[in-house]
Amino acid sequence: MSRLRHAAIAVALLLLATLPVWVGNPYYINVASQILLFAVFALALNVLVGYGGLVSLGHAGLFAIAGYAAALMLQAGHGHFAADLAAIVVTLAASAVFAVLALRSTGIGFLMITLALGQIIWGIAYRWASLTNGDNGVNVTTRPAPFGISLANAHSFYFATLIAFLLAVATMAVFVRSPFGASLRGTRDQARRMNALGYNVWLIRFLAILFSGFWTGVSGILFIYYNQFISPQVSALTASAEVLLMVISGGTATLLGPIAGAAIVVIMKNVVSAYIERWNLVLGVVFVIIISFMPEGLVPGTVRLWRWGWQALQARLNGTAVRPVGERSP
Amino acid sequence: MTALAVNRLCKSFEGLRVTANVNLSVEPGERRLIIGPNGAGKTTLFNLITGELAPDSGTIGLFDRDITRVPSHRRPHLGMARTYQIITLFAPDTILRNVTLALLGLAPLRWNPFIDIDREHDLIESARAALARVGLDHIAHRPLSETSYGERRRVEIAMALAQKPKVLLLDEPFAGLSIDERRDVQQLLQAIPREVTIVMIEHNMDVALDFAERITLLHFGEVIVEGTRAEVVADPRTREVYLGH
Repeated sequence: MSRLRHAAIAVALLLLATLPVWVGNPYYINVASQILLFAVFALALNVLVGYGGLVSLGHAGLFAIAGYAAALMLQAGHGHFAADLAAIVVTLAASAVFAVLALRSTGIGFLMITLALGQIIWGIAYRWASLTNGDNGVNVTTRPAPFGISLANAHSFYFATLIAFLLAVATMAVFVRSPFGASLRGTRDQARRMNALGYNVWLIRFLAILFSGFWTGVSGILFIYYNQFISPQVSALTASAEVLLMVISGGTATLLGPIAGAAIVVIMKNVVSAYIERWNLVLGVVFVIIISFMPEGLVPGTVRLWRWGWQALQARLNGTAVRPVGERSP
Repeated sequence: MTALAVNRLCKSFEGLRVTANVNLSVEPGERRLIIGPNGAGKTTLFNLITGELAPDSGTIGLFDRDITRVPSHRRPHLGMARTYQIITLFAPDTILRNVTLALLGLAPLRWNPFIDIDREHDLIESARAALARVGLDHIAHRPLSETSYGERRRVEIAMALAQKPKVLLLDEPFAGLSIDERRDVQQLLQAIPREVTIVMIEHNMDVALDFAERITLLHFGEVIVEGTRAEVVADPRTREVYLGH
């Protein structure tokens, strides 16, 4: 199993690294960049939704704060490094404020407070026109050129996004296996018991929100460089709901789930919308199908169906009856 | 020196006095049994001692240190461990992971986001040793959801013991167990060394009376009778409020 997993990772890395070659068309390379940057966003949210049991409906607010901070710094004439650093610092500070306010509660209460905070960010982006230029948004005229490599074309931007994406995946993979990751999952499953075992539940959740905020900030910065423009729409409730749908449809508390979810949404938005005007309807139908047949999400659901199919095949070959899914052998 | 000193402790819920001026003084190494009818405030007293509830007034001392204002999550670090009347474990995880979490709770390692927890061999070995103490070593890798009720009770106790507490609070450790399982748990508790002070809430008198040296009888949040096993059993007030005849 472990060998199979290593082989699968190697194949996936090879495919991702050679994607511009076999895709060719810059339009689709850009779609791939979008998938990767939204995958970083979804992975960041998954830290809270999947591992922390804290469902946030205000994450687009944090995403937009990173984007606006970087865009406004660039507009004010600062360099890319200073702008991006400032964006991360501001996003972390905003995440800390989110955390202090929202962690007064869990469950629906947490969800409602984050929703309200997200709406406040949207209100500021929309109405504080002297700062944010209101509905007209902020243009980002240049992309950075790290180590002298310009990210102006689709190819180089894809590779920069891929590096950020791989770093995010690696950090998450280490995080979920770590003692701190185990502590966070413990607070999700039995907060009261964790407290009685000596864990500071509030602080664990607070740090998890900062961790999630950091990667949300990174994805927000990638987004404004990709899009070269940011407007209040980015911070809207629908944007928060969209990234939450990526996490839930792909499979919470898994590494691959949010990535698959991001791919579905971005492909629907960019590719299906070229053929069907009401692409939102198609997206809705796809989600209903996923939730109906795989309530645990696309990635865990596929694994379950695959195992079931495999068992059914073996049973047919051996001439025995199929056991219901999930039942253990005697 | 007293292991656990509860002094004039009071707690009311919307006017209902659940803990009324309770004094409790448990010596190091003592086995104390707390009995009382349903609603006497036994579990509330535990929740006050562990800090899950804040008292309205009164103090709590642990080895002559006033811990009344110490946050509940710090108290395990001072040597206090508890089990729950309603089993409170991590269902998706293995038995071993449950106990590992108990050990991790007191280790600075719990903040580390960079290392693989399964490669912390010392930690895993300690968890296995704690499981061996309660006789569950052979099923360490079984998911908790596939274990029996009696085994879960033992996991609860293993988790508390793994933390090497100085004061152990057991909330009805025999609840819901069969006669055989009760005997297992009883042997387990008898094997706990005298360095550990034990306070136990229990309804099951035949097992609990054997275990206890001193007994405190609570009724409507008040201490009605306190003394040695013989004294409390012989006291007419015990018969009146608890034994019912």
